[in-house]
Amino acid sequence: MTVLEVEPLITRLTGDEKHAPSAFSTLDVLWVLYDRVLRVDPRRLDDPDRDRFLLSKGHGPAAYYAVLAAKGFLPHEWLDDLAGAESPLGHHPDRLRVPGVEISSGSLGHGLGLGVGTALGLRAQGRLEPRVYVLLGDAELDEGSNHEAIAYAGATGLDSVTAVVIDNRSASHGWPGGIASRFAVHGWTAVTVDGRDHDAVEAGLRQAAEGAPHVVVAVVETKGS
Amino acid sequence: MRQAFIDTATALIDEDPRTALVLADISAAAFEQAAFKHPDRVLNVGIREQLMIGVAGGLALTGLRPIAHSYATFLVDRAYEQIKLDLGHQGVGAILVSVGASYDGSSAGYTHMSPMDVQLIDTLPGWTIHVPGHPGEVAPLLTAAAAHDDPVYLRLSTQTNDIAYADAALLRPVRHGTKALVVAVGPMLAPVLEATRGLDVTVAYTHTPRPFDTTGLRELAASGNVALVEPYLAGTSVHVISQALADRPHRLLSLGVTHQDLHAYGTPADHARRHGLDPAGLRASLTTWLP
Repeated sequence: MTVLEVEPLITRLTGDEKHAPSAFSTLDVLWVLYDRVLRVDPRRLDDPDRDRFLLSKGHGPAAYYAVLAAKGFLPHEWLDDLAGAESPLGHHPDRLRVPGVEISSGSLGHGLGLGVGTALGLRAQGRLEPRVYVLLGDAELDEGSNHEAIAYAGATGLDSVTAVVIDNRSASHGWPGGIASRFAVHGWTAVTVDGRDHDAVEAGLRQAAEGAPHVVVAVVETKGS
Repeated sequence: MRQAFIDTATALIDEDPRTALVLADISAAAFEQAAFKHPDRVLNVGIREQLMIGVAGGLALTGLRPIAHSYATFLVDRAYEQIKLDLGHQGVGAILVSVGASYDGSSAGYTHMSPMDVQLIDTLPGWTIHVPGHPGEVAPLLTAAAAHDDPVYLRLSTQTNDIAYADAALLRPVRHGTKALVVAVGPMLAPVLEATRGLDVTVAYTHTPRPFDTTGLRELAASGNVALVEPYLAGTSVHVISQALADRPHRLLSLGVTHQDLHAYGTPADHARRHGLDPAGLRASLTTWLP
């Protein structure tokens, strides 16, 4: 299965026959995570040693639901009733409704704090294998809560955390000096990659090193372009 | 009460590997030894209250029982959306333990006060709220809360009653009379007992306003006259009392911290007087209202 096979699933969600792949800024990164990187299994959702993927940027989760469906976490029929009254799938994901969804998100700036806490909780229980991946958007970084988490995780060398920032340059005031530098100055290892290049995304994710949290800035098309 | 919390939390961290403490600098020095012994479960995130609650939520998602602690105004008022979403909406709980109740921090000014914390927590579903009136009530409440996973708010104050009551999760009658029921929550019991001296009223005490003991309320409120004296924002429990007595004619007097920023310093006693919560102020309100 390739990411191309996820697209019909997105169409089921959106009802839109003619969307460009670029309409979904997170699609390729999500695919690489679920297809190549994350140690997660829909048959063992409660495995305490699973990797954790936290979608902090909960807006526009069509690509997320489609990838979860493609990987067997949820029935494909669910995709036909997005945000319906009885649908488990809404415009922001709910972890109590959707198998495999680690956090309920939507309000921006909550995932990284939850991810830091998750990493600390796993470490306190001696679970040193799982990594915690948190996906954010460049505009989401406007929220100050992220910077509390970035500073603390960097200062304490919380090296089981990987942040992925999808950069489609949608932050109103931009990030002069770049996004990666915001993390690097706090002691994170940081790499910026082409967010549509699967091998580059995978390589970026695998660059996490001991002693520091890691960020991958995945650059995609400018929003609205 | 703060010392009772520090002693109990330190013991819990020692004894129960499920317990974790998250701090935002406040009280960090008091937990230095505990942090040295248990660096993975005593976590000081610095002056970052949003992160403190986010971390508590993350810890709970992995199965730990987090205790988060700061001044009420930073713990609850500042981090309200984190409490709503990083705990409640994720389907996990935590124990939030505050100091600096209402005007305990009066000399520091309004930036260090939170009379509205209980009302804020009360907007969220499922929370148990403890407002102990004596240091001796803190350890049993905290220890019990550490044994489950539900959300608990434990509000500590420097105002205290003379006696600790072990059985005050329900309304506990302390004085008996016929004309009215006066409910004193937490540290309001001491001024209420003084204010009602010689009055023909029942005084009942609780340290747990949520869930409120509505069964006990109905039993004790036979006169139909209920006065509620709360150490936080006036009116916080009115909706609960009104609903519990909806099928009966009743008169309800609700006293608490008044809805204003005094822009004043001074002692907690000064603030109690200005909010009408000192014994003289309470007695004036009660005698005017009593039938």
